[in-house]
Amino acid sequence: MKDIIKENTKLAPSFFDSKESIDGDIATINFGPSHPATHGIFQNVLRVDGEKILSSEQTVGYIHRAFEKLAERRPYNQITPITDRLNYCSSPINNMGWHMTVEKLIGAEIPKRVEYMRVIIMELARIADHLICNSVVGVDTGALTSFFYPFNQREKIYELYEEVCGARLTTNIGRIGGFERDFSPEFHAKLKTFLKTFSKEFEEFDSMLARNRIFMDRTKGAGPISAERALEYSFSGPNLRAAGVDYDIRVMKPYSSYEDFDFIIPVGVNGDTYDRFMVRQEEIRQSLHIINQAYKNLPEGSYKGDVPDFYLPAKEDVYNNMEALIYHFKIVMGETEIPAGEIYHSVEGGNGELGYYLISDGGRTPYRLQFRRPCFIYYQAYPEMITGSTISDAVLTMSSMNIIAGELDA
Amino acid sequence: MNDSVKKSLETIVKDKFPEAVFDYTADEPSFTISTDNMHSSIELLKSNAELSFQYLTLLGAIHYPERTGEELCMVYHLHSWKHNQRVRVKAYLPIDNPCIATITDLFIGANWLERETYDFFGVQFIGHPNLKRILNEDDMDYFPMRKEYHLEDGTREDKDDRFFGRF
Repeated sequence: MKDIIKENTKLAPSFFDSKESIDGDIATINFGPSHPATHGIFQNVLRVDGEKILSSEQTVGYIHRAFEKLAERRPYNQITPITDRLNYCSSPINNMGWHMTVEKLIGAEIPKRVEYMRVIIMELARIADHLICNSVVGVDTGALTSFFYPFNQREKIYELYEEVCGARLTTNIGRIGGFERDFSPEFHAKLKTFLKTFSKEFEEFDSMLARNRIFMDRTKGAGPISAERALEYSFSGPNLRAAGVDYDIRVMKPYSSYEDFDFIIPVGVNGDTYDRFMVRQEEIRQSLHIINQAYKNLPEGSYKGDVPDFYLPAKEDVYNNMEALIYHFKIVMGETEIPAGEIYHSVEGGNGELGYYLISDGGRTPYRLQFRRPCFIYYQAYPEMITGSTISDAVLTMSSMNIIAGELDA
Repeated sequence: MNDSVKKSLETIVKDKFPEAVFDYTADEPSFTISTDNMHSSIELLKSNAELSFQYLTLLGAIHYPERTGEELCMVYHLHSWKHNQRVRVKAYLPIDNPCIATITDLFIGANWLERETYDFFGVQFIGHPNLKRILNEDDMDYFPMRKEYHLEDGTREDKDDRFFGRF
């Protein structure tokens, strides 16, 4: 009996290490495009030998919506809703990244209060984004409970968005130059409750998975990537940090007053599913820490910058104030003077470096707008990360990389 | 932005490629280089220990229909973490024969970005391992991001460039 067990343990790793099939029976499996385990429309053609993946090829573009072409026919303030639909788990970051790009182009001065308000909203969005990703990692390891726990808090974040802009998922939050309105008393009340209750519920979720023996056995070593490979693939965001590289735009090129806040960048070691999970968990804690600092030190001042040429005035001003009516007309009819120029601005999105490369020729719309979509860039490494592993690990790797179809396909 | 980095960048690049034209008017420094030298200039930026532009941020194309003979502009965004400095490398290609060497041998991550650029602008990347369409259908017979393809139905007259600030 003892001999047989030994034999088996010896067999298993060598089988998974070898590149060749044992009996030459290779099957081709379509993992996707519409598969419940992929959480979105992705196709992977897998060549498998039993459970072992020999090779895989991805097809992307199922929900391509031509955002870059659309943006060439839209005035600047109408591009914000397009950015919503990139990474729809953290729309506010995309929206504000775009607003900051335009503000950089026109050289607008933004009040400190707006920057702090933006930081609060963007970090809330990061928390929501990471919560979804990590709870889905739980689901893919077979723990459905971990899906429902964080969604309670995610709902609270969506209610906060609602108080600011009225929308929940595709937020279209804020405007070029600031916000539509100041934080309402309801927002303040809800944010205070959120800051009080979030930690406790989050740590409950954390204790369910982070040191769970079954979860650790399942995720450690699944879908690993080394720091060198990750850099060659131009990884960014939590996936790169899980591999051990501390690249974060918030620190590298601080925008929106991130230099005022004290936070750490968590890094992993192995770049596997467990490290990605843990990096996101720690980033949630750090985001909460940033929100606490920003909210405590929220400066007095205006909720909007002085950019009347771009900031759509409030409706009651349009009806009662001649100047506001003129600006309203100019913005809506596209009479605004826009400087020609070339700008690259990037923010730390939920998935990494979200960049906007904007070329303006002085027209009402961008001459060319290119998005740097982190998902699209790091999803290339997926075949390399799953080759030699099992199909169940492939599912886990995909969800822990947080591949969002909207961002992938633009 | 560090001026000494910019200076050493210009010196090192101009030393090897005297034709490079530098431009500091935009938010990040950029230089234009001939199509043939584009690959070796990016290799220089990446391998030079002093510069170490080792992170490829983005690459893409821009279509300028009015620039005869150099309608397509390839833009490569590189980032040096050592100096926290970005640079753009530009190369202009004629639209009837838009060929440029691939940089997938320098950055694996360029693979899909180049496929996307081929898909939307028709730029041919010589030496690319798998140059086929990525976001559009395989049997599409045009390159949709070129300026001659309008977003709306071409017969419509109510939405032309006049309404977008271009006369």
